[in-house]
Amino acid sequence: MLGLNRKDGVLFLIVVVMVIFAPFILNPFPSDSSLAQFNAGYPDLMQRFLIFGIFAVGFNILFGLTGYLSFGHAAFLGAGSYAGVWMFKLLGMNVLYAITASVLVAGLFALFIGFISLRRSGIYFSILTLAFAQMSYALAYSVLTPITNGETGLQLSQNDPRILEGASAADGSLPVPSLFGLETRATHTLDLGAWSFDFNAGYYICGVIMILAFYLSIRIFRSPFGMMLRAVKSNQQRMNYTGLNPRPYTLAAFVISGMFAGLAGGLMVSMDPLAGAERMLWTRSGEVVLMTILGGAGTLIGPVLGAGFIKYFENIFSRINDQVLHQWFAFLPDGFENAMVFLVHPFVGKGWHLTLGILFMLVVIFLPGGLVEGGQRIGRLFRRKKKTDQAAGTAQGQNTPAE
Amino acid sequence: MGILEVKGVGKRFGGLQALGDVNLSVQENSVHAIIGPNGAGKSTLLNCLVGKLIPDTGTVMFDGQSVLGRKPHEINQMGISRVFQTPEIFSDLTVLENVMIPCFARRDGSFRMHAIEQVAREGSIIEQAETMLADVNMLEKRDFHAGSLSRGDKRRLEMAMCLVQEPRLLLLDEPTAGMSRADTNNTIALLKEINEKRSITMAIIEHDMHVVFSLADRITVLAQGTPLVEDTPEKIKGHPKVREAYLGEAQH
Amino acid sequence: MESFIIQILNGLDKGSAYALIALGLTLIFGTLGVVNFAHGALFMIGAFCAVTLGRLLTLSHEVLDPSRTDFLGNPAMVKVPYIYDIFGPELGATIIDWTVPLSILFAIPVMILVGVVMERGLIRHFYKRPHADQILVTFGLAIVLQEIIKAFYGANPIPTPAPQAFTGSFDFGVLLGFDPFTVIYPYWRLIYFVFSVVIIAAVFAFLQFTTFGMVVRAGMADRETVGLLGINIDRRFTLMFGLAAAVAGLAGAMYTPINSPNYHMGMDFLVLSFVVVVVGGMGSLPGAVLAGFLLGILQSFASMSAVIETIPGINQVVIYLVAIIILLTRPRGLMGRKGVMED
Repeated sequence: MLGLNRKDGVLFLIVVVMVIFAPFILNPFPSDSSLAQFNAGYPDLMQRFLIFGIFAVGFNILFGLTGYLSFGHAAFLGAGSYAGVWMFKLLGMNVLYAITASVLVAGLFALFIGFISLRRSGIYFSILTLAFAQMSYALAYSVLTPITNGETGLQLSQNDPRILEGASAADGSLPVPSLFGLETRATHTLDLGAWSFDFNAGYYICGVIMILAFYLSIRIFRSPFGMMLRAVKSNQQRMNYTGLNPRPYTLAAFVISGMFAGLAGGLMVSMDPLAGAERMLWTRSGEVVLMTILGGAGTLIGPVLGAGFIKYFENIFSRINDQVLHQWFAFLPDGFENAMVFLVHPFVGKGWHLTLGILFMLVVIFLPGGLVEGGQRIGRLFRRKKKTDQAAGTAQGQNTPAE
Repeated sequence: MGILEVKGVGKRFGGLQALGDVNLSVQENSVHAIIGPNGAGKSTLLNCLVGKLIPDTGTVMFDGQSVLGRKPHEINQMGISRVFQTPEIFSDLTVLENVMIPCFARRDGSFRMHAIEQVAREGSIIEQAETMLADVNMLEKRDFHAGSLSRGDKRRLEMAMCLVQEPRLLLLDEPTAGMSRADTNNTIALLKEINEKRSITMAIIEHDMHVVFSLADRITVLAQGTPLVEDTPEKIKGHPKVREAYLGEAQH
Repeated sequence: MESFIIQILNGLDKGSAYALIALGLTLIFGTLGVVNFAHGALFMIGAFCAVTLGRLLTLSHEVLDPSRTDFLGNPAMVKVPYIYDIFGPELGATIIDWTVPLSILFAIPVMILVGVVMERGLIRHFYKRPHADQILVTFGLAIVLQEIIKAFYGANPIPTPAPQAFTGSFDFGVLLGFDPFTVIYPYWRLIYFVFSVVIIAAVFAFLQFTTFGMVVRAGMADRETVGLLGINIDRRFTLMFGLAAAVAGLAGAMYTPINSPNYHMGMDFLVLSFVVVVVGGMGSLPGAVLAGFLLGILQSFASMSAVIETIPGINQVVIYLVAIIILLTRPRGLMGRKGVMED
């Protein structure tokens, strides 16, 4: 199917189905139940799942395949965001303008930074990308204010030319990003009994693009080019003596992953037309590193899982406060209840970063393949158990000695 | 005119004259061994041939073209492959993939942006790689992780990766270093077969006299960065200068 | 001329902090071969040692003060630090005033303990893993450490003043024969500079003149050989890590009056310190110190208004720019040994 083998095809289909039905899947609790706060099916968050999924999928093409650890990918996200908002200001509110521009601008930016940074490898490469990203951040905040609008951030205004659309709305309100007239904020709410589901145009635009990006990533992973990237990670010396030049392969991977980051930035501003310099901060780059590794670097679905996991944590886990905890542990005797709440408190709510940090460390130490490897291990455990059960059964049935 | 012509090559490292005025001519379809005691400059010479080092003086011509100043991957594309002392393979990839990569390199050159084509659809490349693996008796291990192979298998895999490129010249850097007697004999047999069946020119750097005398058509003895003598194995065996500089030493 | 001197002076305190952190980073990288992204967090923990000591010293109990009344006319409850009960109000007040310098004594054991636990519990298992894994796990640790601090101390900066005696400024100009008040420099910054020079000198003396230091230096040059000599370098390297942590911690503790500590100050300093290490030369201790001061001063010069007017924004990027140029043209850094991670 679509030039994919069976396994990849199934994986791809699962992702497509998940994206289409996410508004249902992520809203399992009735809207007036006490568990409703764990519903993640609201447009804003679902869009973020997809956008950061794209970001991480792209990062994985660089880090997962070539092993080059970039700590500066947020710079491309930021560059894409700025480019996107400028398209809204100059051309018009169609998200296609923004997305195209952000991918191109981020790609060029990545070509420049990658060309220089890739002259070194290992930790030096990491530090070079870090330095470039911090430089971009500092410049966006100060000198580049005419382009980035400094601290305030770049936003739309009434006076923008928007040459392809002419004057802005007559009532003086700011125009809204749209895809050929379909506004990204348009949401249809479906009430089914106690449940309420939101279907948002922006979400589905992101969804289509994310599916395309994911498909592209599968194709790259399974292509000769992808194989060369894994060869870069494995043994550059052998590559050189096999007549292959590792540099352009790595640079291509860097630029592609930069374009994915730019795409994510373009989508971000398509959902909310505002771009700020803090999007380029190196801790932001750290976030995509966390996502990719937590999910499973070098695996296809890992980065998507990681992105979803972290964004869910950030938005849902952070809402668990003491009141909720008391509810959870209400079945315990009072003393125990308070003790449990006291123990759990630092790890939830505002402390979710702590849980994330610990989880991340555990993954790096024990599960280098991330959540995907964890899942595989559990799967294998079950399968093996089943197999031994079966084996034991047949052995008994045939009544033959074990040896 | 040999396929590889080394003329007047010299290389200094600081105060050390590692190579001084090396002349060497490797004839097509021959097996040419370069021997010499430790520190004679064998590895330096090899590195000058593959582009890892650039000699200070002299010329290195391969098939009438200079290799000097070219990068290792360019030199490989000219038709020179190299086998390392410790096998250099792609440990994280499968055996089959290891052999497919040189096939791609041969077909597509040193870089091609084939990001959308699928490896699984590259029938002719897969076939080529599988044939090669069958030739070195490794076909049943095609889906193994290369890193999990035994040392002998790694050596064979590396050899397969070089041979599948059908190089005009194969450089071998102590291919039997650290091997057991049995493995060494297997490697000798493999190399003999390669030389006869595929008529590939080889230049071998080797310590083990047994290997050298069973394989080589011609031998160059290197001592202190300069060639002492160059002759057939029979003549080398009895040569007084060589006994003095090398074989005498080896009897310690 | 005056402004020239001012810029050098202004660069010194930041440069001192960079140098101290970079020194620790280099010690760890040189001896253990580990790239420690949690080193900034150690700097931050050191700063919070000062905060913690301040809180401990001001622990109070309430007593009735008959001489004062509250708004209802009843005798007022007044908070009295326990330390007043022990040392009397005058000495007690002085001790509280001197929290930051005293925190040196508090920070040393705490930081060594933190360092040793960190090395034994985590870093040790990463010696043989690739640098990328080391970066990742220490990055994770840095997040955990700063979140723990945030959980205890909140997200806002906590002002931690220097002792009263050092709050003023020193008129350097008069000393050098300029007009009064042209070159003034806060006392505390001067102290910070002197302090860091002393620490740096102590570390170098320690490495130079003790057998322990000799083994560590030998280990930095060639770890395997030293191991073969039958010297237990592992234990020494653990202590080395503790020492590096203490250096970073002291740098942080003493820095608190210059910059009120907050939980993410470590990350801010970390990036720059790495740049400093790279510029100085990975694995070179004098390089780290030299580059720390040089970059601190360079940054300060780049912030001069005349410079900013010519090249806008240069103050923000000068350090990174230098690092990029150095990495591309001389990857071993200013004083790095040839061949140390030069690829």
